[in-house]
Amino acid sequence: MSEAARRGFEDAAARRSVEIAARTSYGRLLALLASRSRDIAAAEDALAEALEAAIATWPDRGVPANPDAWLLTAARRNLGHARARQATATTGAATMALLQDERDSHGAVPFGDERLKLLFVCAHPAIDASVQAPLMLQTVLGLDAARIAASFLVAPATMGQKLVRAKARIRDAGIAFAIPESEQLPERRAAVLAAIYAAYGTAHDTITGADPRGEGLAGEAIWLARLLCELMPDDPEALGLLALMLFCEARRPARRDAAGGFVPLRAQDPHRWDAAMLAEAEALLRTAARHATPGRFQIEAAIQSLHAETVMTGVSNPGPLLALYDLLLATAPSIGARVSRAVALAALDPAAACAALDALADRCATYQPWWAARAHLLRLTGDMARAHAATKTAAGLASDPAVRAWLLATLQE
Amino acid sequence: MEYTLLFLETAAEMARGETADAPEYWGAWTAYMGAMAAAGVMRGGNALMPPATATTLRIADGKWAVQDGPFADTKEQLGGYVIIDVPNLDAALEWAARAPCATAGSVEIRPVMPNPPGT
Repeated sequence: MSEAARRGFEDAAARRSVEIAARTSYGRLLALLASRSRDIAAAEDALAEALEAAIATWPDRGVPANPDAWLLTAARRNLGHARARQATATTGAATMALLQDERDSHGAVPFGDERLKLLFVCAHPAIDASVQAPLMLQTVLGLDAARIAASFLVAPATMGQKLVRAKARIRDAGIAFAIPESEQLPERRAAVLAAIYAAYGTAHDTITGADPRGEGLAGEAIWLARLLCELMPDDPEALGLLALMLFCEARRPARRDAAGGFVPLRAQDPHRWDAAMLAEAEALLRTAARHATPGRFQIEAAIQSLHAETVMTGVSNPGPLLALYDLLLATAPSIGARVSRAVALAALDPAAACAALDALADRCATYQPWWAARAHLLRLTGDMARAHAATKTAAGLASDPAVRAWLLATLQE
Repeated sequence: MEYTLLFLETAAEMARGETADAPEYWGAWTAYMGAMAAAGVMRGGNALMPPATATTLRIADGKWAVQDGPFADTKEQLGGYVIIDVPNLDAALEWAARAPCATAGSVEIRPVMPNPPGT
């Protein structure tokens, strides 16, 4: 190997080490850096500087034996410098004490895991609900604001401002990096779960041709749910959330035909589902059920399990499905669940299902899944003229071209 | 707040409107416009004839320059526009995402200027 080639090879290897460290350890390092000061933005800057330094020095000096420890030490030093600069400008005894504190902690084991606390901080009630999921994606996974903005369909500048504001609020309001007290825990945990689910998007495939709200950051959200299960292994709802996402994700390959067309759930080929993901989801759901404390995500996962079974066996279970939706509405009422329940009811009583859907009309003027469900139910009851009109509106509200084309094609049937 | 959605399409996408794909192409646009009208957000708008029908005029130093075609020969061309009245940019983005050309082209979202400054 020539000197230049060897050099290039080593550069690439060092760069890859930095990338791997960044991907696998970003959140862990950031949580450690921010947990004491509560200053996430400062910790991000310090970590970014450390990663830059790694890219600059590792090719020459070689990748350190413990890359994470190297990055943590470098980032802590950067934080200390930043604080010292601030301290000389403002004279802060507290800041100096904190700085000393950071130095003292160097001897301690550096690899505690503060990520669970970080997740609780991100989903704190003092943080605007719409920014909780983006904040998790940025702090735990290190995603940039523009990428997050795109998957939440907001302008990049708006997302950037929201994230900056949220971090300032955590620092200034002194939101603690702590696991909530037991009486607050259920509510706070529900917020963490909801934020992770929001990152997933709602990539459900339905029988009606409802438009999934984008693919979101499905892989990243599943990663977060796995992390949560690892950090809270005895939480049935965390297991339920991961199971729910895996059920939906397992069906992704079957959701499109060879020509890229939309395939509704009832027409999917179960052989194209990801069998390993499906098996994992079923196992998670069984483990969760042993705790005998059902919750929103376990119920939603059970619904998806039943849908999968119906397609695989060809035998529908409208009674149990309806019972699960009723349980879901009693636990966590939502418009989406009401619309889905109406569709499930249609298998037993189409007229009652139409009435249930009509009752939601005021709140669903631009809610695509409602229009898709309405088109489906009107078709079942033989009201073809109104079914056509509803189908057109559902198609017009769809942002997935495959779903739009599928809905418009049903007009020709 | 009023926003103009400018629908930008590639030449290939525009051509679909005049080929075997026409029913699918126009079906998608009709459904989209219909959904905006049904939601009560539409304030106006038009589809435009293809860029090849455009004539562009410039006057410089008192000389008229009349040119066949659009003002700039770019990869994507203006195919039409609507003006919608929605609460904020997030809502405008949501409508833009539903446009058939959002996948085969792009949608530019511009706030409508309420009154020219100083009037």
